[in-house]
Amino acid sequence: MTALRHVQDSDYYVVPMATSDDFEEWRGHARLLLMADVPSDRVAWTEPGGSAGDLFSLGDCRLPAPDGEVPQPRVSKRFMDIARIVLLNSDITRFSLLYRVLWRLQTKPRLIEDMADPDIRAMADMARAVRRDIHKMRAFLRFRMVEEESGAEHYVAWFEPYHHILRHNSGFFTRRFANMRWSILTPRGSLHWDGEILREGPPATRADAPGGDPAEELWRSYYASIFNPARLKVGAMLKEMPRKYWKNMPEAQLIPDLIAGAQAREAAMVKKGALDMGERPDTLEAIGQAIHACARCPIGEMHNTAVMGEGPRDAAGGFSGLMIVGEQPGDQEDLQGRPFVGPAGHLLDNCLVEAGIDRSAAYVTNAVKHFKYAQRGKRRLHETPTAREIDTCRWWVESERKIVQPKLVLAMGASAARAMLGRTVSVAKARGQALPLGDGSELWVTVHPSYLLRLDGEARVQQEAFFRNDLSAVAKRLAEMSVSAGL
Amino acid sequence: MVQKPILDRLRILADAAKYDASCASSGTSKRDSRGGRGIGSTEGMGICHAYAPDGRCISLLKLLLTNHCVFDCHYCVNRKSSNVERARFTPQEVADLTLSFYKRNYVEGLFLSSGIIRSSDHTMEMLVETARILREEHDFRGYIHLKTIPEADPEIVHRAGLYADRVSINVELPTDAGLTRLAPDKNAGQIDGAMSGMKSAIAEAKDAKKRFRHAPKFAPAGQSTQMIVGADAASDVDIVTRASSLYSRHRLRRVYYSAFSPIPDASAVLPLKRPPLIREHRLYQSDWLMRFYGFAPHEVAQAAGADGMLPLDIDPKLAWALKFRESFPVDVNRAAREALLRVPGLGTRAVGQILMARRHRRLRLDDVAKLTVSVKKVQPFIVTADWRPVLLTDRADLKALIAPKVEQLELFVA
Repeated sequence: MTALRHVQDSDYYVVPMATSDDFEEWRGHARLLLMADVPSDRVAWTEPGGSAGDLFSLGDCRLPAPDGEVPQPRVSKRFMDIARIVLLNSDITRFSLLYRVLWRLQTKPRLIEDMADPDIRAMADMARAVRRDIHKMRAFLRFRMVEEESGAEHYVAWFEPYHHILRHNSGFFTRRFANMRWSILTPRGSLHWDGEILREGPPATRADAPGGDPAEELWRSYYASIFNPARLKVGAMLKEMPRKYWKNMPEAQLIPDLIAGAQAREAAMVKKGALDMGERPDTLEAIGQAIHACARCPIGEMHNTAVMGEGPRDAAGGFSGLMIVGEQPGDQEDLQGRPFVGPAGHLLDNCLVEAGIDRSAAYVTNAVKHFKYAQRGKRRLHETPTAREIDTCRWWVESERKIVQPKLVLAMGASAARAMLGRTVSVAKARGQALPLGDGSELWVTVHPSYLLRLDGEARVQQEAFFRNDLSAVAKRLAEMSVSAGL
Repeated sequence: MVQKPILDRLRILADAAKYDASCASSGTSKRDSRGGRGIGSTEGMGICHAYAPDGRCISLLKLLLTNHCVFDCHYCVNRKSSNVERARFTPQEVADLTLSFYKRNYVEGLFLSSGIIRSSDHTMEMLVETARILREEHDFRGYIHLKTIPEADPEIVHRAGLYADRVSINVELPTDAGLTRLAPDKNAGQIDGAMSGMKSAIAEAKDAKKRFRHAPKFAPAGQSTQMIVGADAASDVDIVTRASSLYSRHRLRRVYYSAFSPIPDASAVLPLKRPPLIREHRLYQSDWLMRFYGFAPHEVAQAAGADGMLPLDIDPKLAWALKFRESFPVDVNRAAREALLRVPGLGTRAVGQILMARRHRRLRLDDVAKLTVSVKKVQPFIVTADWRPVLLTDRADLKALIAPKVEQLELFVA
């Protein structure tokens, strides 16, 4: 700088700042110092409210008077933008850091781009801390509603910012809650908005803010419910929502219990939900053993016996490639421990003979391995298994299918169809056609014979005819398959 | 039917909504409540108002209008055959709840989804009605995200776009075969069609806005989708490929991944173990590589193993660098931005700062250390004024040298 030097090398200046967050004040002082060519290591800055007693012992509080001929110092907009934010930091070194950078920029204007420089780096770090605090105030501030005597709603918040950001953030809250009466109380000052005018008030204490709000119970309930205990990541939460903010957030009081309860909740969910079935048994005998001990659904725990499928398992044993799947054992089947030996079994046998299907060459089994019933006096009345029970038991019938490897599966009734497909289909829509089953085999669906037993008169005659038709179609398809396999 | 108290219904319907991963509230048009009758503002960047102990941000009031559903999707806790407790809200109740939360600065707005009741059209109608009450009756200017139902009448879906900032349709599973098997009532073609319809509606509205100042806004924050990871056999490469085709074909803003997690009353068709959460994390990292680091989908696939899965112990960028060691070391004082972005341990921010700082000085290792989180991770892959990795990239045990130490990543490994 070419200006006359007003300052002796031995001079030392002290700048007592009157405000903590007024950038224009700092800028005015800095401009004077720069114009008087005062190096940054000759200036000390003090916070407002700092002790003034020993200031004069440090140096001169009267800033040098500007010389009219010295040109206004210039600095890049980039510096000004960052400096405005840095000034809000509560670090007492911010004033001197900013002046030091300003001083250095006069001889090296592009220094501001050098992020590897310690001063520029420190400035960036301070700015980041302030921006974060600004953002966290917008995020974590909580209003509590107070009903005034006039019936009007007044929303009041208590917040403890770490930097001097209250005034800076006022714009955000007035833009967002323009048509709401609100007050923000902090230890550094307060803001009051009545829908038209923003007023500043003195510092407040927590006791000035309301102690609660009925809506917080809803909010806490929401917070606890939206949390997924199966994916606890406490570190990720703490990184974004450090403990220091918790004390003014109504939901934060739940956190310790939620974390403690998470393990128990997940364990309960897993137990209730998918069960680990382990390895698939690889022989029919192993399945027959295992299903007796199966208690994965409530049916297995009733007084009944597991009924295993029966029939030849390979071509050597005379297997025709047909697997017949029913719903579940009935009363008779449960007592005898064999599938399709009750009234429905007799009807099935008759119809199979008529359609030309050899039952002894087919593998006959059920979707559900145990008899589900309701006790009525001495009688046990059949009850339909739920979708969940069928899905649980699917494991067994799928294991059987993997071993027997049928070319064609005949599912009788909606339960059997669900066990094969994993979804519910309408029997009326699905019957009479081949449905592909992943492994290249075909699924044919028809009604369960016990359905026919429950019908009377004309309906019975009609439905039985449909059933016989379905069986004939299966017989025909089975014959086609064995021919093409023979070729 | 006697309704449960609102507190119970909130508990049930928030619980049911938590499997939707998205809670984003950014990227919409800038607006505020000055000059209006109500409250609300959106200023570009969304705000996370709280974080749950699962590490996820709570930005929006995320609810289901009802968890009754006529569909039977196996991975879904609300499917028809599940025994969960059911509840429903009226559109008015959801609107009131949203305003009550918004006024206390709990949320940025509403994310509303629903189980399918009666018909898809009826359900979509109720979702739109909720948004209408908020926007028209209360002049609410906060964020609204509506889940749309692909089977619903396009006209109703279009109205959703007029009220909402963002609309989304979940593709649910990365492969069509998976969808057919696990979500028998859904149709991949229909989902795809609905997304492309939404894409053209958004593009049309943007175009109209350029020519007519008063043209209505249509979903200014675009559309997003969600895929469930680990419920079917799809590999990471399948998922990444699908995601990149969604980004390019339907101009999605985001594809969210949701690791399949044990849900109460799960279907027996599902795999019995949940995938490690870290898998979801690796997928997000690869998503970032494609969106911000200039990686093409096939390059992400190169980082994966022969089975198409990304390594779980190291991030995909490091995995790629270890496979393509001939691309390293990169000279931080001379290399182009694209090359610097490939260096494991250098993020977009650090790269920007290196590019600026090197105009003023020849960068030394110390300087790079100031600009990055961990210089140790970066070191083997860069050349600086005072550092050259001597054959380090040829070492067979390089991975062991820089990969993070094995530690317990999750508290509860399933």
